[in-house]
Amino acid sequence: MNEREDLGSGDVLRRLLSNLNPGPSGWRTGAATILALLVALTLSSLLIAVTGGSPVASVEALFQGSMSDLTAWSSTLLYAAPLLLVAVGACVSARSGLFNIGQEGQVLIGALAAAWVGLRLAITGPLLIVVMLLAAGLAAGGWAGLSSLMYRLRGVNVVVSTLLMTFVAQQIVAYAVNTPWLLQESRIGNAIVSPQSNPLPSSALLGSIGEYPGLQINAGLIIALIAAVLIAVAISRTTWGFKITMLGRNPLAAKHAGVRVTALGGAALAVSGAFAGLAGAVLLASPVGVNRLQPGLSMNIGWDGLLVALVARNRPLAAMPVALLFGVLRSGGGFLAATGVPSFLVDVVKALLVLAFVAPPVVVALARRRRSGDRTAGARREAAPVAEEAIA
Amino acid sequence: MSAADDISTILSSGIRLTVPLAFAACGEYLAERAGTMNISLEAMMLGAAFGSVATASATGSATTGLVAGVLIGLLIGFVHGNLAHRLEVNTFVVGLVLNALVLGLTSYLITISSFDSHQVSQVSVPWLRDIPLIGHPLFVERWPVYLLLLVIPLTWWLVERSRWGLELRAVGEQPQAADVTGIRVNLRRRQALLWCGALAGLGGAYLAVGEVGSFNQNMTAGRGYIVIAAVIFGAWRLGRTLLGCVLFGLADAMRLALPALGLTMNSQLLVVAPYLLALLAMLVFTTRNREPKALGQPFVRGST
Repeated sequence: MNEREDLGSGDVLRRLLSNLNPGPSGWRTGAATILALLVALTLSSLLIAVTGGSPVASVEALFQGSMSDLTAWSSTLLYAAPLLLVAVGACVSARSGLFNIGQEGQVLIGALAAAWVGLRLAITGPLLIVVMLLAAGLAAGGWAGLSSLMYRLRGVNVVVSTLLMTFVAQQIVAYAVNTPWLLQESRIGNAIVSPQSNPLPSSALLGSIGEYPGLQINAGLIIALIAAVLIAVAISRTTWGFKITMLGRNPLAAKHAGVRVTALGGAALAVSGAFAGLAGAVLLASPVGVNRLQPGLSMNIGWDGLLVALVARNRPLAAMPVALLFGVLRSGGGFLAATGVPSFLVDVVKALLVLAFVAPPVVVALARRRRSGDRTAGARREAAPVAEEAIA
Repeated sequence: MSAADDISTILSSGIRLTVPLAFAACGEYLAERAGTMNISLEAMMLGAAFGSVATASATGSATTGLVAGVLIGLLIGFVHGNLAHRLEVNTFVVGLVLNALVLGLTSYLITISSFDSHQVSQVSVPWLRDIPLIGHPLFVERWPVYLLLLVIPLTWWLVERSRWGLELRAVGEQPQAADVTGIRVNLRRRQALLWCGALAGLGGAYLAVGEVGSFNQNMTAGRGYIVIAAVIFGAWRLGRTLLGCVLFGLADAMRLALPALGLTMNSQLLVVAPYLLALLAMLVFTTRNREPKALGQPFVRGST
């Protein structure tokens, strides 16, 4: 997607900047993106104004809830961590050409596995949280791997199966927290039991650096940042990353070049699931929160993380600031209601932002192709190719 | 007496839950035969449900609301078609974004506004409604239900018997070949999405101004995805797709009726049944052989 990423040898900052480069079509795409962003923001403001709210007050509320002081920053970072983890995974699968859209379910499966380990296994000390994270990654990776298995054995479309598996995962978690012998909370006296698990023991929680009311850097964020850097390096510096990119760009060429297409594609899908699962464990074991497995635990983090990856155009390092932005929208959204603007506004803004980032490169590429009459340029489009049929 | 009553109750609620699915399924079926895996179906249904209630409240006529629902479905189909089959944005990305956008927008708007309740009128067919067991469920319904009698054969005829449908199927199976014979592939796909949008809009609007009479946040609650599961379960054949809708509608009715019947059955299993059946249909049976060959793949002239 970004040539400089494959060739460059600069420092981290320069690489980060090069990752923010909107794409190969250069300034034209950049200009189109900025234009689209302006349109998106104008539309959002119009929506607020037309419905009787104040756009300025809304921006202030968003700022207050997310960035005004260190406590607000802490809550923003708390949201950003699982978003980034999901997005990093989504980058891997989208780059390999196997488009995984089942992160919402994979987050839940990861949380389910982590909750089971945290509540049912008698592991003491810091080892517990490590095993929880591993279990979450393995379970969700396996869950996503099922989709790749279905594709390999029976040719089931990966997008469709990951989508359908999301709803299966939701019901599995609902079943687990409604079933006493699985994970439903234990009855104390005659109290009514809710569909949720017992709270995790304190040894099963992720810690954080810094104390309330100062800035709290939660451990999940550190995990997510490490994951993003590792995957960025793996994609741009290792043979594995090269093969993944080759597979995504042209599966047939990859096959002829000796890439073990099914194994690699399956691995990419499993890796993306594993990161979503990690996000689930991070949500569950978050230093702030109820620390119980609940059916609504994923809070659309899976869907949003996928959107983060789309905005970042499948670049893990670019996903860092985007995840932060989405975290800002989430933590600021809670403050919107006070200004009379429903917090659902942030969902509208998010969707418009994604459109503003996804459409321009495609439009620019299309316009260039139309102009030059170069019909074959279509194969080099920026959008993640869903070219699964050739992998079989 | 009570057993027959129970069955009749479950049947009528099952039919009411099936009807929105069946409308949307006719649309999705046609769009998928033309090669678009349209996951913005959920957005179409949800947007139409909201639009129909808002319009019905503004004009005082539930029928106008129904028409507005169809128009909103058309609009979303138009947007999806132009983004995916003109600008060549990945169709799944378009679907995801539209679903998120419509869910956010309708949730936002319903929070700050309130609407009067309007419902389309009920039709009760004389004689037939007196048939025991199935009479009441089938023949005492809100009138849009009977539009299905028109929509289903029309969809079948369009796909299987009309020249337009032949071209749609060609576009879904072999876009390159269709292109060579002079069919405008992306135009046909956009048209198919319009049909899909109109019918999904009708389904969503029926749910809102037909069944419930009001709108609540995330009213469709994943029904669009159930319809997609039904089309897969039906192996891209209209009859079987509709059978899937009936099955899934009944499963939903069973789930709702379980507490009243005093049965302890796993409600999660009933919720998950459509998705499991769709996955099983693709895994166990050779339904994928019937899948349109170019389903979900963008068409760019000259590539591959």
